[in-house]
Amino acid sequence: MDQHSERSGWSWWYLLFLIQFIVSLWVPFYNKVDPSWIGIPFFYWYQMLWVILGAVLTAIVYFATDA
Amino acid sequence: MQELNWTALTIFILLFGLITVLGFVAAHWRKGDLDQLHEWGLGGRRFGTLITWFLIGGDLYTAYTFIAVPALAFGAGAIAFFAVPYTIMIYPILFLVFPRLWYVCRKHNYVTAADFVRGRFGNRWLALAIAITGIVATLPYIALQLVGLQVVIGGMGISGTGYAGDVPLIIAFVILAAFTYTSGLRAPASIAIVKDLLIYLTAFAVVIAVPIQLGGFGNIFAKIPPAKLLLAVPGATTTGAYGVYATLALGSALALFLYPHSITGILAASSGHAVRRNAALLPGYSFMLGLLALVGFFAIATGVSGLPEFAGGFKQFGNSFAVPALFLHTFPSWFVGIAFAAIGIGALVPAAIMSIAAANLYTRNIHREFINRNPTDRQESQMAKWVSLIVKFGALAFIVFVPQKFAIYLQLLGGIWIIQTLPSVMLGCYTRWFNDWALLIGWFVGIGLGTWMFIAAKLAPNYPLVIAGHGFPGYSALYTVILNLIIAAVLTPVFNGMSKVRVDETSAADYRP
Repeated sequence: MDQHSERSGWSWWYLLFLIQFIVSLWVPFYNKVDPSWIGIPFFYWYQMLWVILGAVLTAIVYFATDA
Repeated sequence: MQELNWTALTIFILLFGLITVLGFVAAHWRKGDLDQLHEWGLGGRRFGTLITWFLIGGDLYTAYTFIAVPALAFGAGAIAFFAVPYTIMIYPILFLVFPRLWYVCRKHNYVTAADFVRGRFGNRWLALAIAITGIVATLPYIALQLVGLQVVIGGMGISGTGYAGDVPLIIAFVILAAFTYTSGLRAPASIAIVKDLLIYLTAFAVVIAVPIQLGGFGNIFAKIPPAKLLLAVPGATTTGAYGVYATLALGSALALFLYPHSITGILAASSGHAVRRNAALLPGYSFMLGLLALVGFFAIATGVSGLPEFAGGFKQFGNSFAVPALFLHTFPSWFVGIAFAAIGIGALVPAAIMSIAAANLYTRNIHREFINRNPTDRQESQMAKWVSLIVKFGALAFIVFVPQKFAIYLQLLGGIWIIQTLPSVMLGCYTRWFNDWALLIGWFVGIGLGTWMFIAAKLAPNYPLVIAGHGFPGYSALYTVILNLIIAAVLTPVFNGMSKVRVDETSAADYRP
């Protein structure tokens, strides 16, 4: 973290969080059955996958901003 | 109702006995002076990353969640999965805002969100509005935890006529009240560890066992009616089910950490770093919640609602009986005991934290602010202990004497109300730009309009909003908090022009390590 962001509390890494909001809120993209995975429709496994990816993104931001 | 299940009941009682002992012993854990409010009501702010993980996890993912989310999937299908994007979005919010709240609250010994607002904006009436919103939103939430407990007690075949049927519930509650009074937040923190391990065990067992029994996920999803499998595709002039799904997820995510029990869990952490770390670790629970939502589909696929032995349970508890019925159908009795104990204990942990949070609010922001301005530490913590008892027995009376649907309505309304504290609490962590009276008026309009929308939508959280002929049905909480923010922003320059007085006892450095 540089001096400036120390003071303002802002880091550009936080923009990674936008991804989680966009993939979660853009419902038409994932409201479908195919491609299914081990019999689970896309709608369900896609959202579960993003729970894991969201945690990974948060961990990246944590380590990147942890001065 | 089915016969009494002795094996399950014995295991259930043993596990309940274990956590009862744990709850009382917890008073000596990381020992502090329980005559101080931050020791009783925040565990002395001493919980590290791991305990905070169990505490906040045990706090947010409640027994009611474990019953209600699968029940919604069972009854309404895909819409219930909004709980997954909801819990994806809460963690960036936790990461960005709440470490700041933690630092400023430690620095000034704030115990509640209303304490913070009082200090930040110097307006006791705005702080009172925040405190009352928190208390009122929490009470029906505690009552609904009891519904989770009731369903599993019924699932073990315990039934009685009239109020006699509520005796086991009352016993469980007296235990809860006693150890919360004695040990404060240390009790739910220690019990949460047991509860969460049991819940994880149960969730993974059901997600492995049921698909094996039914021949794979393909077979399970093949049995789900098409109308429940996906959201309905919206027509040309409306955002339809897509808008409902997205606004429910976003509105719920924005509201979650404003609940007093969430904030109590966060403030009990030992450092802002522990809060940040948990934002990356807590999604473990979200994954489990997603698995549990699927359990509602498992219940459809196994056809438990058509089995004669469960007819009584479904008649009494409706779709909430889907999960207990599936467990009874799938597992041997001893494991049913474990699974039901997980849900039962899962009711006590959040109920304890919620009652402590409500007690902290009353003690700090109503009693100390308006009734006795200079209490001793001992008087203050004693007051909180008594209020936690009153709150719990109020919730118990509500569940015993009032039809369950009213608790559900009030809890849904609670979400619409609590989100109205967002501008003061969450944005307040970042900026003192807003005028306190402008915030109060925004809050008032948000509460009023939100309540009206809820009633106009026939007691439902989604309002059929229409703008210029285009439909935007969606979660009233989100729509009204946007209006709340606009009003606060527009009125801020107006009020600032009338008075130059600007109070803020915090400074920018207080929000950082």
